[in-house]
Amino acid sequence: MLLLKKVLGVSGAPGPKMMLPHSLLQIAPWSWSVDAAGESLLSEHFHDALSECTPDPGIKMQNKTTALQRTHEGKDDLCTERCSAGIEFDGEVETDTESEGSSSIPSQFPSSITISPAPYFHQSGILENKKRNRDQNTLENLLTSSASSKSSDEESLSEEELAMLKEQVEQKKKLISTMRNKPWRMVKKLSVLREAQDFVEKFEGALGKGKGKKLYAYKMMMAKKWVKFKRDFENFKTQCIPWEMKIKEVESHFGSSVASYFIFLRWMYGVNLVLFGLIFGLVIIPEVLMGMPYGSLPRKTVPRAEQATAMDFSVLWDFEGYIKYSALFYGYYNNQRTIGWLKYRLPMAYFMVGISIFGYSLMVVIRSMARNANESTADGDDDNFIFSWKMFTSWDYLIGNPETADNKFASITTSFKESIVDEQESNKDENIHLRRFLRVLANVLIICCLCGSGYLIYFVVKRSQTFSKMQNVGWYERNEVEIVMSLLGMFCPPLFETIAALENYHPRIGLKWQLGRIFALFLGNLYTFLLALMDDVNEKEFVRLTVSDILVTYITILVGDFIRACFVRFANYCWCWDLEAGFPSYAEFDISGNVLGLVFNQGMIWMGSFYAPGLVGINVLRLLTSMYFQCWAVMSSNVPHERVFKASKSNNFYMGLLLLILFLSLLPVAYTIMSLPPSFDCGPFSGKKRMYDVIQETIELDFPLFVAKIFSYVANPGLIIPAILLMVLTIYYLNAVSKAYQRANAELKKKMQMQREEEKNKRNNKASTNPMLQDLEDLLTPSTKTESPPKQAEETRALEKYFQESQARDK
Amino acid sequence: MGGSASLIPRDLLSEYQELTFLSKQEILLAYKRFSELLPREERENACSARVPKSQILTLPELRANPFQHRICHVFSTSETRDDSMSFEDFLDMLSVFSDSATSDIKSHYAFRIFDFDDDGTLDRKDLEQLVNCLTGQGEESRLSSAEMEQLIQNILEESDIDKDGTINLSEFQHVVSRSPDFASSFKIVL
Repeated sequence: MLLLKKVLGVSGAPGPKMMLPHSLLQIAPWSWSVDAAGESLLSEHFHDALSECTPDPGIKMQNKTTALQRTHEGKDDLCTERCSAGIEFDGEVETDTESEGSSSIPSQFPSSITISPAPYFHQSGILENKKRNRDQNTLENLLTSSASSKSSDEESLSEEELAMLKEQVEQKKKLISTMRNKPWRMVKKLSVLREAQDFVEKFEGALGKGKGKKLYAYKMMMAKKWVKFKRDFENFKTQCIPWEMKIKEVESHFGSSVASYFIFLRWMYGVNLVLFGLIFGLVIIPEVLMGMPYGSLPRKTVPRAEQATAMDFSVLWDFEGYIKYSALFYGYYNNQRTIGWLKYRLPMAYFMVGISIFGYSLMVVIRSMARNANESTADGDDDNFIFSWKMFTSWDYLIGNPETADNKFASITTSFKESIVDEQESNKDENIHLRRFLRVLANVLIICCLCGSGYLIYFVVKRSQTFSKMQNVGWYERNEVEIVMSLLGMFCPPLFETIAALENYHPRIGLKWQLGRIFALFLGNLYTFLLALMDDVNEKEFVRLTVSDILVTYITILVGDFIRACFVRFANYCWCWDLEAGFPSYAEFDISGNVLGLVFNQGMIWMGSFYAPGLVGINVLRLLTSMYFQCWAVMSSNVPHERVFKASKSNNFYMGLLLLILFLSLLPVAYTIMSLPPSFDCGPFSGKKRMYDVIQETIELDFPLFVAKIFSYVANPGLIIPAILLMVLTIYYLNAVSKAYQRANAELKKKMQMQREEEKNKRNNKASTNPMLQDLEDLLTPSTKTESPPKQAEETRALEKYFQESQARDK
Repeated sequence: MGGSASLIPRDLLSEYQELTFLSKQEILLAYKRFSELLPREERENACSARVPKSQILTLPELRANPFQHRICHVFSTSETRDDSMSFEDFLDMLSVFSDSATSDIKSHYAFRIFDFDDDGTLDRKDLEQLVNCLTGQGEESRLSSAEMEQLIQNILEESDIDKDGTINLSEFQHVVSRSPDFASSFKIVL
């Protein structure tokens, strides 16, 4: 109880009401010992503070007998971490170092419980603690006596010892953090972990002495808190991920490749959610809450002529009427510099949010690509290990459904047989000229198709412009553009596939060609579309296009997969041939088609989001419903693939495609921002000469003068061009360095193989197979010959080690 | 998860988090699934009970796996060699097969799973058995002996660096670490 009085006395606290003990614990990293007998005398609040900290009993839980332990059992282990007393410390020794005068902590405490900070440093019982303190005494007395004596050589001894001890403690900590990477069994891991933790706990307290002990102890405490926080955050993050169960079900039925599409979809959903949050929170909400209300300005009101039909569903569906004059579209926004009582700069916000959408998307895509590239090694296209990979890595452990497993067995067998045959046939003669001719023919046909589709779109868009000037247009004329684009998207890819049958490529290469062609198709369509509208940027078109795209996708899935499956299932009873085995049979899930659709959809969103802020919201809804709808469709109407389809290599390919689309959709927006004057009577930039003038305006009017000067210096081309040059040079340099590493690796590998062969030959007393080494051997005398094997073995080991290290570094 | 959380002692739970690649939720879920495999009276101290192999193989994640017996054998620490698994063995298995496990540890255990005769190397007999596992149980799907011979020859040519007719651990890890599919296919999630 002496402790308690001193604690409260020292701080001058009026009474136990303050959270003092706990906060004091936070400043002073030494542990507080409370007499077990005195526990019953503890004030209620001190007890509360303490009760937040649970001593970590470890495996000796059954031996605990104190009341405090029983009170603290059942508390969340988070409280252990909240307790900030870091290091176990023996009270008696502290008296000795009092003379160093670094703290005002009272010295007399009977050591009982020590409150430990983290499960890292788990506690043993009270009795064990006392025993441990006694053991610690010897070492610590040595240290403290040397410290307090202040003689030079004894001090240096303690410093040396301290340094060695510190190194050992660091080693143990490293062992603890890498424990999970070791291929040991749990029992062994547990015992090693506990031993290491005990060691660290014991001696970290000793390390707390000496110079800078407060800082060191504080650093330790923060490090532990940080580790715990990170772990909890990881746990929380994994809990937040939606649709885990759904994807797992798909994985177990269809394997990891089909599931990779859904994982990609979920990732896109996450990205779109963030973009939506940005737009909604920073642009739409301020406008709705603080901007001029509907009806106050001409740009915000439905014209009288249209008012009669403004609420009709068909008009709304076309995004005319009330929707056109709402915060979903660019035209609604007013060009006031500030709005509302917050003086929120809306035009500036609109502009910055538009730019940051692209910035954020770019960052996220590149980060994902870098992560994928990290996991797979650089030579992913290595042809050296085809058979071994088939053998060791072809089984998909996620498969849980026996039917799928059977399918997988069949496909593995087929693939084995095919590769064996391929290997034998690879030397066969082919008619190169015929093959080349056919390939050229196929490419010519496809280019014709692409040009044809581009022209068709141009024609249709021009026609729709004349239609919009006419009155009384029918439903078909109004939606002609969307219908034509969707139909093209639906029928051209199968056409490309049939033409590609002429080419006779290896399936993987053929797939890449197919994807490339579909990509060119969509790109061509999109750009033709834009060019035909370029003089009249009509943001409504994007929204309508997106909506029609969504509808077409869903209808295709419904008809192509579900209706087909129903037909095959039920009509099979009364049909001439077996519908399930022959034509049309059940559909397989078209991974690449779906992924491409997703990627292009996202490209359209990026292009349109600057002019139609509501578009991202529509996309979020679309992705959400897509997830549920497609999961249902896959489980109910698709069958697993017959051929093995490895998804991992394609992952980076799809990310690369996404990146390309991002750049391509950035271009038109950047062009309109930079060169076209904003329209006169609608939008937040109306009245300015160029849209980016809003930045200039904000800098001049809102920021102090020197900021404007800084910006004008930074925007100087004389500064930007050298910066770009520097970045290009850095890329070149890093590329050269990585190539050098690869070369060094290859050489070391060759050397290693040579050395091993030599060693084996020596072991078997065979002559060397390497001519150079043979010559060398002939020159050697017999006595030296007997010495060389052990040396060679040593050299081999050293080389191996170097090789492994450089491989690790390479990764 | 309140019920099962109180059955694993707090410190053990955090030690498991420290020693495996699993998150807290995953460990608790594993505990729940493990205790469901036990008969009702033994569920209280599931931490120290052992589940016989036949029960483990009823798990949907392992049911369709051709290596199910090997997996149980490799991860079991039973003294009686009956391939029964305790909860810690189960956690070990899930940790190795989890998404965040490193490629090193996965390839280490993959090697042990494929080593059918437990002699530390993959020789011809092991590779033959491996191929037979992969091609399924039916007679017509198995490879003929000529095809098998050719296949194993090709594999040894590719992977056996020191040409001793067997594949040892470092050669295996060297081959498998270069594969982009290994980490993503060697995965089991509860």
